[in-house]
Amino acid sequence: MSVAVELRHISKRFPGVLANKDVSMSVETGTVHALVGENGAGKSTVMKILYGMQRPDSGEILVNGRAVHFKNPNDAIDASIGMVHQHFMLADNFTVLENIILGSEPKKGVTIDFAAAREKIVAMAAQYGLEIDPDVLVEALGVGQRQRVEILKVLYRGARILIFDEPTAVLVPQEVDDLFNALEGLREQGMAIIFISHKLDEVLRVADDVTVVRQGSTVAEVKSKDVTARQLAELMVGSELPQPSTQGVTRRDLVALSLNDVSILTSTGGRDLISHISFNLHAGEVVGIAGVEGNGQAELVEAILGLRDYTGSISFNGSAIDHLSVAHRHDLGIGFIPEDRQRQGLMMNSPLWENRILGHQRSKPVMRGFILDKKATITDTARIMAEFDVRAPGPHTLATALSGGNQQKFIVGREISKAPALLVASHPTRGVDVGAQGAIWEELRRAREKGMAIVLISADLEELIGMSDRLLVMLRGAVTAELDPAKTTPEQLGSAMTGAA
Amino acid sequence: MKGFKPSGFLLALAAPVAAAVVSIIISSLAVLATHKSPIDAYKTMWEFGTTSGSLMQMLNTATPYYIAAIAIAITFRAGLFNIGVEGQLRLGAMFGAYLGAMFVLPPVIHILAIMVIAMTIGGLWAAIAGYLKVKRGVSEVISTIMLNSLAGGLSSYLLANRFMDRTTASNNMSTKEIPASGQFPDLMPLLNKLGVEDQPGGGVYGMLLFAVVLGVIFWFVINRTRFGFELRASGANPIAARVSGVNSKRMTFVALALSGAVAGLAGLPAVLGDTHAFNMGFRTGIGFSAIAVALLGRNNAVGMAISALLFGFLEVSSRSLELIDIAPETYVIMQGSILLSSVIAYEVVRRYKITLQSNELAKVAEA
Repeated sequence: MSVAVELRHISKRFPGVLANKDVSMSVETGTVHALVGENGAGKSTVMKILYGMQRPDSGEILVNGRAVHFKNPNDAIDASIGMVHQHFMLADNFTVLENIILGSEPKKGVTIDFAAAREKIVAMAAQYGLEIDPDVLVEALGVGQRQRVEILKVLYRGARILIFDEPTAVLVPQEVDDLFNALEGLREQGMAIIFISHKLDEVLRVADDVTVVRQGSTVAEVKSKDVTARQLAELMVGSELPQPSTQGVTRRDLVALSLNDVSILTSTGGRDLISHISFNLHAGEVVGIAGVEGNGQAELVEAILGLRDYTGSISFNGSAIDHLSVAHRHDLGIGFIPEDRQRQGLMMNSPLWENRILGHQRSKPVMRGFILDKKATITDTARIMAEFDVRAPGPHTLATALSGGNQQKFIVGREISKAPALLVASHPTRGVDVGAQGAIWEELRRAREKGMAIVLISADLEELIGMSDRLLVMLRGAVTAELDPAKTTPEQLGSAMTGAA
Repeated sequence: MKGFKPSGFLLALAAPVAAAVVSIIISSLAVLATHKSPIDAYKTMWEFGTTSGSLMQMLNTATPYYIAAIAIAITFRAGLFNIGVEGQLRLGAMFGAYLGAMFVLPPVIHILAIMVIAMTIGGLWAAIAGYLKVKRGVSEVISTIMLNSLAGGLSSYLLANRFMDRTTASNNMSTKEIPASGQFPDLMPLLNKLGVEDQPGGGVYGMLLFAVVLGVIFWFVINRTRFGFELRASGANPIAARVSGVNSKRMTFVALALSGAVAGLAGLPAVLGDTHAFNMGFRTGIGFSAIAVALLGRNNAVGMAISALLFGFLEVSSRSLELIDIAPETYVIMQGSILLSSVIAYEVVRRYKITLQSNELAKVAEA
């Protein structure tokens, strides 16, 4: 086996700051090489340097043993490096074929040679096990298939070294399996694959080698068969991992939230989205909602927040809130950490201080009556950023410029700052790095001690077991089991979720 | 780019300057294509456009543009698009003039009453689109376009068959004249005091002052109130706005109706300040030009004022092009190229800003 790409002692300094220091890694052909590290550890800078988007201040890049100097991504593409972006860059109203050739169309005179392109793509797809109908519109494709188009696009441009930027972040488990099969195929064809990810179990599943970056430097290069996920995580953070756990019982007498026979009926007369759910949640208590995604958790959250009509009754601090609007429920003291922060929790193209207002537009310090208090809002945004370790230049930074983990810390800070009596936390640590995860758990712990009632929805079983005082398992819209987290293992919880127990 | 860090001010200036340069180039090419000298064209336009008579006309042209642009900006900010301003202002002006001529009230109150009528009619007309959108899911773009046609037909019918003043014999179909108490005083006497001389056919609509006040109100409501925030949030991210407690359907309806109400006022500067009646000579196209004004002004109170003045200036000064045998329609090319190049320039600058911020952020995050 030969070395496809080698980075030697790469350093990159942004004005005043060292982003990468002495980064070295070497990727062999026919292997999958994972690059892991926390957000802000310097993974993305490494990747940008390798893809020609930024130039290193010092150090060498060797492709197939030859030193290269990329001025821009086109140089990298010419050197047979390709990047599969996390967010797809496809035109919805173009066919698969048109998307793949877009920008490097084969010409026949002045027209595009579609026949030749189709032939090449079909052959390529068969060779790498990435079958897809080249004439279907991209808008008709699912996420997994769109990713397949992205991969084909890169291969079409002659890439032999493929960089995958968090490729599984947008996929459902079945699609992840398909992707990994495809990666397997690419590896067998002698491609070199660089796989950037947070998800260590996936890394261990798919990668041959793993390079760990921390604070801008590579700290370890290991064979995946020699390490556990826990060891990798500890290499990433440089210390022992934060544990999802709570101490003691902080439960108080007050029932903060009470659901009584709550159901959401489908208009089409099919199975109820959630059916006959009843439970009480006390102040200072965390109830964990476990379940395979799509079993009614999201709808349950929407019912509690008033975003969806339901039958039955929900009361908050003793009084029924069924007739109250979303805004009223916010005002009473219900906080919400949404499942999809970018879609439900942020205005991406607005500055952080404006995002501070979102969901709090009827309360101090951001509003005085009907008038927005800009100065106080900016001050309070700066406070949240400091207290919750949101890493960004300042309150005027646009939300879109922040990393996912920092966006999430900002939202957690925003919601906890209101000191709600009830916090609905939907996947509060999804897609954030280990450091931010630990920080968010710590905030939830503190809030619980202060008497906040928390509904915790999560797909992370350890998080559910560690953080919850009580576990409810949802299956097909109904609560099918109640478990004591102290006596439940992830395996037991997992089988309860699938209805096997 | 190394070591160069443009300040916010420079960045804010970059887009309009770049857009101006590009649009001057495009317009010059258009003039050159007709074998005329662009330099002559600009010179003539400048000389003619900066006479005090032309400047007054510029203000009179810009005033309705500005009011209509604010109406459009209200919907843009909410993530909607009211193309129906043309119809709303037409109906607002017509009903305002017709009903306003039927009574006599103390001076200021009479004017306010006419404004309320015009706002109500404009608002109701736009509310139809709001209702269709909220209750039936009809795109407001489509419905407001169709409502424009309806408004055109309806106003012609009503003027000819119901509202026309038959007491005077005139070829120009017109509503009855609004009594003096309902006429908005001209600014000319005020300008005279400031040393500006009367111009033939001159005069500056008093509604200009109203437009300035409206601009301030617009800025304050949009940027400094809860309602304004919720409206902008609905535009920026409708789902997040709903989660945050904004009643999205109500907001859609209110934004369209409010936009229509403001649009209803846009026809009044001429009606209250000049013709004192609604007649067949009522200017058309204000509502469409105002879309360009709002776009160019970035839906921003000051920006739209500048672009309304710019469009007014170009429109008035380009009339002089005929004098040197250049098609005055060159103005349309200028308008179009300014709009197009500024939309592009702003987008380029916006992306550059995000890149700058991301880089800055990389520093913070990796520090």
